[in-house]
Amino acid sequence: MSSCIWLPATRPRRGRDAVSPGRLLAIAFKEILQVWRDPRSLAIALLMPLMQMVMLGYGVSLDIRHVPLCVFDQENSQTSRAVAQRFVAAGWFAASARLGSDQAVHEAMDRAACIGAAVIPADFSRRLDSTGGSPLQIVFDATDANTTNIAIGYAQGVVALISNQLEARWAAAHGGPATRAGMVDLEPRVWFNEGLESRYFIIPGVVAVILALVGAQLTSLTVSREWERGTMEQLISTPVTPFEVMAGKLLPYFLIGIFDAAFCLLAARFWFAVPFRGDFATLLITTALFLIVVLAIGYLISVRVRSQLGASQVALLVTMLPTTLLSGYTFPIDQMPAPIRALSLMVYPRYFVTILRAVFLKGSGLAGLIGPVLGLVAYAVVVLWLAGRAFHKRLD
Amino acid sequence: MTAAAMAPAAVMVDRVSRRFGAVEAVREVSFTVAPGEIFGLVGPDGAGKTTLMRILAGVLSPDAGAVALDGIDVRAAPEQTKLHLSYMPQRFGLYEDMTVAENIFFYATLFAVRARERRARSAQLLAAAGLEAFSNRLAGQLSGGMKQKLGLVCALIHTPRVLLLDEPTTGVDPVSRRDFWAILYGLRESGVTILLSTAYMDEAERCSRLALLHQGRIRALDTPARLKQAMPGALLALTGPDPRALRDALAGAPGVLGLLLMGDRVHVRVDEPEGRMPALHARLAARGLAAATMARIDPGIEDVFVALLGSGAAP
Ligand SMILES: Nc1ncnc2c1ncn2[C@@H]1O[C@H](COP(=O)(O)OP(=O)(O)O)[C@@H](O)[C@H]1O
Ligand SMILES: [Mg+2]
Repeated sequence: MSSCIWLPATRPRRGRDAVSPGRLLAIAFKEILQVWRDPRSLAIALLMPLMQMVMLGYGVSLDIRHVPLCVFDQENSQTSRAVAQRFVAAGWFAASARLGSDQAVHEAMDRAACIGAAVIPADFSRRLDSTGGSPLQIVFDATDANTTNIAIGYAQGVVALISNQLEARWAAAHGGPATRAGMVDLEPRVWFNEGLESRYFIIPGVVAVILALVGAQLTSLTVSREWERGTMEQLISTPVTPFEVMAGKLLPYFLIGIFDAAFCLLAARFWFAVPFRGDFATLLITTALFLIVVLAIGYLISVRVRSQLGASQVALLVTMLPTTLLSGYTFPIDQMPAPIRALSLMVYPRYFVTILRAVFLKGSGLAGLIGPVLGLVAYAVVVLWLAGRAFHKRLD
Repeated sequence: MTAAAMAPAAVMVDRVSRRFGAVEAVREVSFTVAPGEIFGLVGPDGAGKTTLMRILAGVLSPDAGAVALDGIDVRAAPEQTKLHLSYMPQRFGLYEDMTVAENIFFYATLFAVRARERRARSAQLLAAAGLEAFSNRLAGQLSGGMKQKLGLVCALIHTPRVLLLDEPTTGVDPVSRRDFWAILYGLRESGVTILLSTAYMDEAERCSRLALLHQGRIRALDTPARLKQAMPGALLALTGPDPRALRDALAGAPGVLGLLLMGDRVHVRVDEPEGRMPALHARLAARGLAAATMARIDPGIEDVFVALLGSGAAP
């Protein structure tokens, strides 16, 4: 027993309720160790952004290659066949069938054998030769508005390309001027690639959606893990304050979130080749703001739901549905009915989707984004306030 | 005890009650613990020990009553009492995915222990607990006994004035229990107040005072010696080849207040030992159990417990 001579008692250095950076960092340090040693958290932190970037990013840009297109060639001349061939040659369409009647076109669309049909009129070459122009009808199935919009863009591109070449040939054959009023109109449409544009538009949205999902998933585990593993009871018997717990737990995930954001944004810029016209500071500030909102929401869920599985499922539900449906990342918000548009104001990722698009494509700075930035700030304030009040050092 | 009576009690519990739905887990419990005491809570599962510990630790609120540690009201200033308190929950509460050293570092930092002091104390405590060699082992990979000792090390890395231990040695091997108690005795020397619950009667005997808890109420509270003195009746130990048969044979015999099977013996509580022995011998002989030997013994805490509460309440 003589081996147990105790050092003199020390008074804790800080008074009660004051924020102690030491305790805050101790929580952060512990959290980092735990994430590092928990395969599930590590996978969410590092693999999920990668997988989702591939899934969502390529989902968006691959799905609309090889849109099945039927051709109803009423003329079946060398020119008309060349035109039909052009659609396929561009790579966006796959010629799924050559059909012989309007009836067959309807049936094929009903069977979903094709999403679009190009109808070449019987007098196609004759009208081209005599007047230098001919109508070409393209019918689309509008059930999947998103794909159809993009496919129409492709079709316009192809048509523009075809008419451009035909016009050049017509001009050469008729010895007329190489430029006519119509050609000047058509020219930009060849370059204005609707398909690529939609990808530029969607990829920044994908980044926002991924960060919303991953961020909330990460923090949704953090408090529930302590409840589930039985470490909470001892933790709340120490002088640590609820603020220190919250800040200490959010800090490491903020750093992970910044890392994930950097990864996704670099992938958007360099892998998906979305042009970046904005400035780095705006990107950093708005991303940090968005991460705070997302992480605090996950934390809030984690405090409320005391099992890890439950918390992560609630987090998925709360982020996934509204984010994918109402953030405007695929379904344009201005085409939604007014009540749903109003609802989408509640969906925080929509602000970040808007911001990222504007920063990437328009090069907007903070000043130009005052609306959505204030939206995010308001969200951050409310969510942090709620999160700060949610956690009590009580078992009941 | 006069000095202790003048100083504020290290732990003061005044008519504390707590219910969970229909269950009254703790009912009007009152006691005080003097500085430097090792105070034991004994009672069967569901007696309310854990609930009481949690209320003292400030992690659960009582429905009624007051609790003060070192004169500071736990309900009014829970955070202030937590500065001078260490609580070891019944369920292992440390981080299994962190090493021994990391857990110690974590709790030292939460209690603002300076680095130099942390190193000195942690070396001393790990040595006392026999854990020096396991500094870098994950807490989850320690044996049950080592886990509990690590819990104690973390609880003592700052110098608490009050140490709350909820069944700290349940499921712990005898060697670890000995280490554990050596540390507790050492602490008492330095004036730390210890309140522990236990399911082991030999441990209960080591406490300076004991509260016997049953169905949320304190049924008896005194030093182990006086509790034993106060037991109504006296105790005979009965030894024979078939203890169960012995017990059954004496059930309902005149003067027998209680029977308790203790391993290979039967404890017989009688109103008057010398006077009753011949009749008891005769009763056994009549049932073919004449080979049994009978001797007067001093009661243990368990006997006291059973005498107070009936055999169904044995912890
Ligand atoms: N959180 C709780 N919710 C509901 N009932 C509880 C809770 N904690 C304890 N109880 C009940 O209160 C009683 C006392 O439990 P407890 O304090 O754990 O006793 P002990 O630690 O002595 O075994 C038991 O009947 C138990 O079921
Ligand atoms: Mg218990």
